[in-house]
Amino acid sequence: MDFKLNKSQKEIQKAAWEFARGEFDKERIIELSKKQKIPDNIIEKAGELGFIGIHYSEDVDGGGMGLFEHILVCETFCRKDSTLGSALMFSGYGAECLLRNGGKSLKEKFLPQIVDGQLTSTGAFLEPKQGYDLTKVSTTAEPDGEEWVLNGKKTLVPAGNTAGIYVVLCQTEARTASGADPLCGMSLILVAADTDGISVDNVSQKMGGRMMPFSDITFENVRVPGSNLIGKQGNGYALTQNFFMENRIQIAGLALGTAQGAFDRALDYVKQREQFGKKLAQFQITRHKLADMASKIEAARYITYHAAWCFDNKTIEPHQASMAKMTAARAAMEVSDEAIQLLGGYGYMTEYEVEHFFRDAKQAEIFQGPPTIQKDIIADSIIGKLK
Amino acid sequence: MDILHYTDEHKTFRQRLQTFLEKEVTPNVDQWEKDHIVPKTAWQKMGREGFLCTWASPEYGGMDGDFLYSVIVAEEMAKTNHTGLCSMLHSDIVVPYLNSFGSNEQKKKYMPGCISGDIITAVAMTEPDAGSDLAGMQATAEIDGDEIILNGSKTFITNGINADLVIVAAKNPAETNVYQAVSLYLVEDGTPGFKRGRQLDKMGFYSQDTAELFFSNCRIPKENILGQQGMGFMMLMEKLQQERLMCAIGGQAAAELMLKWTIDYCKIHTDASGKPFSKSQANQFVIVEMMTEVKLGRAFLDQLIAGHAAGENVVVETSMAKYWITDLDNKIASRCLDLFGDFGLTEDCPIARGLRDVRVLSIFAGTNEVMKGIAAKFMGL
Repeated sequence: MDFKLNKSQKEIQKAAWEFARGEFDKERIIELSKKQKIPDNIIEKAGELGFIGIHYSEDVDGGGMGLFEHILVCETFCRKDSTLGSALMFSGYGAECLLRNGGKSLKEKFLPQIVDGQLTSTGAFLEPKQGYDLTKVSTTAEPDGEEWVLNGKKTLVPAGNTAGIYVVLCQTEARTASGADPLCGMSLILVAADTDGISVDNVSQKMGGRMMPFSDITFENVRVPGSNLIGKQGNGYALTQNFFMENRIQIAGLALGTAQGAFDRALDYVKQREQFGKKLAQFQITRHKLADMASKIEAARYITYHAAWCFDNKTIEPHQASMAKMTAARAAMEVSDEAIQLLGGYGYMTEYEVEHFFRDAKQAEIFQGPPTIQKDIIADSIIGKLK
Repeated sequence: MDILHYTDEHKTFRQRLQTFLEKEVTPNVDQWEKDHIVPKTAWQKMGREGFLCTWASPEYGGMDGDFLYSVIVAEEMAKTNHTGLCSMLHSDIVVPYLNSFGSNEQKKKYMPGCISGDIITAVAMTEPDAGSDLAGMQATAEIDGDEIILNGSKTFITNGINADLVIVAAKNPAETNVYQAVSLYLVEDGTPGFKRGRQLDKMGFYSQDTAELFFSNCRIPKENILGQQGMGFMMLMEKLQQERLMCAIGGQAAAELMLKWTIDYCKIHTDASGKPFSKSQANQFVIVEMMTEVKLGRAFLDQLIAGHAAGENVVVETSMAKYWITDLDNKIASRCLDLFGDFGLTEDCPIARGLRDVRVLSIFAGTNEVMKGIAAKFMGL
């Protein structure tokens, strides 16, 4: 066991912090969040410095490092700002499906651009009236000559209004045979956003994570090359679950940084604010609140780091990712909630930032499955099959 | 058995108010949330219909209603899922200062307008460096012949932009005992030296025109002192019980409303297999737990309402109710949102606004930490 970050990991942390300090402008972030926009060129800048594709392999111009190093960037960016940090780290949302499973030519065509921040991606998995259950996907992709023809509607697609490519979960084979595995017959297909037949609508005003609004995406006879299939045909459900597992660890990293950033602001505030003749930090109740907050962050940090480490060492199991996301997001909620309370009236004001850390924490808690979903996954894994 | 006894008159009043709100308020709420203010005409409509200051004397145009009428208005307003038309603050927190401590002349001058909705009121206590700690107040009021000169700044003032009349708390710099230095003053909109700062940008309460107020050599006539000079703290203390009770009443109504929405949603919406969310055991337990707490809150609160209406001192219990119910609001908003899933992250889900709005309840009117401090003190700890 070695709990120390190595030299290169420390350097990554430092570089990410310096980047965020230089590029994350508080006033601009608050202003753009209201418009649900991300600062111009910031994805490109983060890409140039290698922050977007740090965990991508070198053959696609990635950093060749692990998810662990990616988590360090997630944490650091969100510590500086949870809204921009999470939006930046979601600029390649869904592209890990391609990274982990795609063929060489498809990867080489798209991933270097994502790494550079020239292209953004998103994942289109959920469908209306389906909840989080992906076993009954109704979006179809039918082969027609050398092409796939997509039809259907996806919903709650993060940054669906701005992403350049979508990874779409489709039914590629009819699900008719009784007794057949209901999970078979789905595939992941990569679709460029500017393809004919795509319409993006219902861009929702978000409560949390305001730099990545949700959209509905409708596919109407959308034709894409046959080579846009990611991984093996019929494997889409399994690949999606693998991606969700990886993404949950990423969300845990974002939540961890969100908790830390809210804590930093609360700590600064109580050390300078005086009420009733003394600093807030001198009240026993404040001291104990801080102690609770710091303990929760510490627990979140190690469960998140451990999940990322297991992922990199290929021993990860779904429940570990779910535990990390659930724990880190809960910590982010509780810590940012307490930060608002410690800042009092100022905590409720946009200018003091912790209110948006709280809203973003709620996004981390709900997105990719609220606690009930995570608990179902964890329970499945720890109970196993009953006789 | 109900703790509170609503008469047929109360029930008719509630129905009339519900009809009014459905017609005049609810359809406008989304626009007001976007505008970050409520038009003054909405206040006037409420006043004309007799929904402001329901307790006021018929002498000024009021209906002399008992405290339950105030409770009814606060509850029904909470159900509109917005806070801009903050009639509770006006009717049951600010105007009562004028009614209890004002001179006959002051009452004659202002009460009719407060009841009709032509005068919107605010109270300015909080300052940038004095939040829950009112003794830390810096604003000054100096006597200069027949006038008072006000100087200082106030912040987080509810109804701050719309207010036509503000009750300002300020210190006499010549008085060294802080508890005898504070007086309350009536300042009208348009008085030279009284300026409104920016409207504050907040997590929630979008339609509420919370603002900063500045007083710079603002001269008001001596007659505008409210009540006895130097008795500001006493007056504030006397009225804070009702202020905090009103917060708890609004908070309780908000909790009941959010839970009702969630239950309705979970009964109608199904997962991919067609099973309603309300049939999941985990969801059922969460809802049952929330409902239990909401009912506990209701029982405790109704008892306090009855005590307060009977003129009892329920300061300790009110502090407890304010903190417990507003904490419950935050917890319920968050747990309910989880049941909505990703849809809960969008502003199309009414509880998204609920989560943003209720977050301030545990902060204003004295933070929940201050509530616990008060309770501890009065419990002799």
